Amino acid sequence: MLLIHCPYCGARAQDEFHYRGDANVERPAPHAGQKAFYDFVYARDNPRGWHVEWWHHYAGCRRWVKIERNTVTHEIRTVKGPTQDTR
Amino acid sequence: MPARHEPIFDRYSVWRLLKESIDGNRGWKQAWRKPEPKARYDVVIVGGGGHGLATAHYLASVHGITNVAVVEKGPIGLGNSGRNTTIVRSNYLLPSNIRFYEYSLRLWEGLERELNYNVMMSQRGQLSLFHSASERDAAVRRGNSMLIQGVDAVLLDREAVRAMLPFIAMDNPMFPILGGLLQPRGGTARHDAVVWGFARAANRRGVDILEHCEVTGIRCESGRVVGLETTRGFIGAGKVGIAVAGNTSQLAAMAGLRLPIETHLLQAFVSEAIKPLIGCVINFGAGHFYISQSDKGGLVFGGALDGYNSYSQHGNLPLVEHLMSAGVSMVPALSRLRVLRQWAGMMDMTMDGSPFICRTSIEGLYLNGGWCYGGFKATPGAGWCFAYTIAKNEPHPLNADLTIDRFFEGRMIDEAGVGPKPWAQ
Repeated sequence: MLLIHCPYCGARAQDEFHYRGDANVERPAPHAGQKAFYDFVYARDNPRGWHVEWWHHYAGCRRWVKIERNTVTHEIRTVKGPTQDTR
Repeated sequence: MPARHEPIFDRYSVWRLLKESIDGNRGWKQAWRKPEPKARYDVVIVGGGGHGLATAHYLASVHGITNVAVVEKGPIGLGNSGRNTTIVRSNYLLPSNIRFYEYSLRLWEGLERELNYNVMMSQRGQLSLFHSASERDAAVRRGNSMLIQGVDAVLLDREAVRAMLPFIAMDNPMFPILGGLLQPRGGTARHDAVVWGFARAANRRGVDILEHCEVTGIRCESGRVVGLETTRGFIGAGKVGIAVAGNTSQLAAMAGLRLPIETHLLQAFVSEAIKPLIGCVINFGAGHFYISQSDKGGLVFGGALDGYNSYSQHGNLPLVEHLMSAGVSMVPALSRLRVLRQWAGMMDMTMDGSPFICRTSIEGLYLNGGWCYGGFKATPGAGWCFAYTIAKNEPHPLNADLTIDRFFEGRMIDEAGVGPKPWAQ
């Protein structure tokens, strides 16, 4: 069980959250071209180690949080609000 | 057809078994050699699981390319090949998938003769239950799609399901069972035996299986692959095929490629052994839960992904609870059983839920990956198509659609239709 320290609600079980994927991808400018949009929508680093990702606290405050989690050990290093920097 | 170099007394047969039982079993030989790496091979396959070994076998047996090595970071067959739930089927919806998986199923049907190895192929049937009118419509559509492609599919009504599975809870208040779609030719096979069978067959035709040989780099010169840096030294290669599902992103990154893949966890479970109870593979349509019974008597079951990127190879408890409750909803007797083992494998989840068997942007580098949770049943078909693609430097019509470029071209093979969310495929 992952224990996620929601910045708004405190420590909560992972059951209260939905995973929403890699938080490092950024939407390109509207005319950035097909390659840029391919990278945004489909291509992923898929790191073995630290991964910055979105989780949606759907059964709590209903906000999105940005989590830094290790994909090998499942350790969670930081949990931040969506507009805060992860580092 | 026995391989050219194979002495007839090395074949496995009932006569051989009798002879060895009289001679005290002293004549059995190692099923494959443990050679030292050569300086260069025509083709090097990275990944000694079922797919990599099958590829090597078909390169040698179909295309006559025998200067081949399979490199594996650990012992062979201990990745996803040893972690799946052994189910074999071809009940897909989209034509590209049906054609490929049906070809694979046909190879399964002749695999024991082809390999001279008992892979315990058992076509006991695969039944997907439905619980609502709309699920029934989807099952009919899928069944028709299969029939059009020449695959067997039978729609069972409620009474037929009840007669086939008397132990099942038909009248669960939330998920009553209205019927099911049966593929009679689906079933199970022994996963380890498939790996060993392909390893032995490839070895007999001269393929080098290099265990404990981890790839640490892919060396390219002017856009062309020239070899692999490994923990056992540099190995030169005319062509390199990647078949390392779970770690595909890492391998591809060594060649500078960034793929539409995320790695996720899928758990599986085995119960204590009981007398024969479940005679086919059952898929519960109201959650994501499927179950079959191994020949040893244990019930083998699994379900959905844990749902977040992970390489940990061990699952988490929320999904265990979800799976157990789905299982008990379908077969209440499961609540009396104890779970003996639980484990998880790493799934290459792609952005549309379909795999890759294709060339890459680097000359001489080929990719087999993105198997989501469909890799085991694909083993012979993927090996066959991957060998073709490597040998001819172009895809076979069976895998022509399974490219990375399909995402650029808007030709996704989205069996589930859920959009680019790997954790939802």
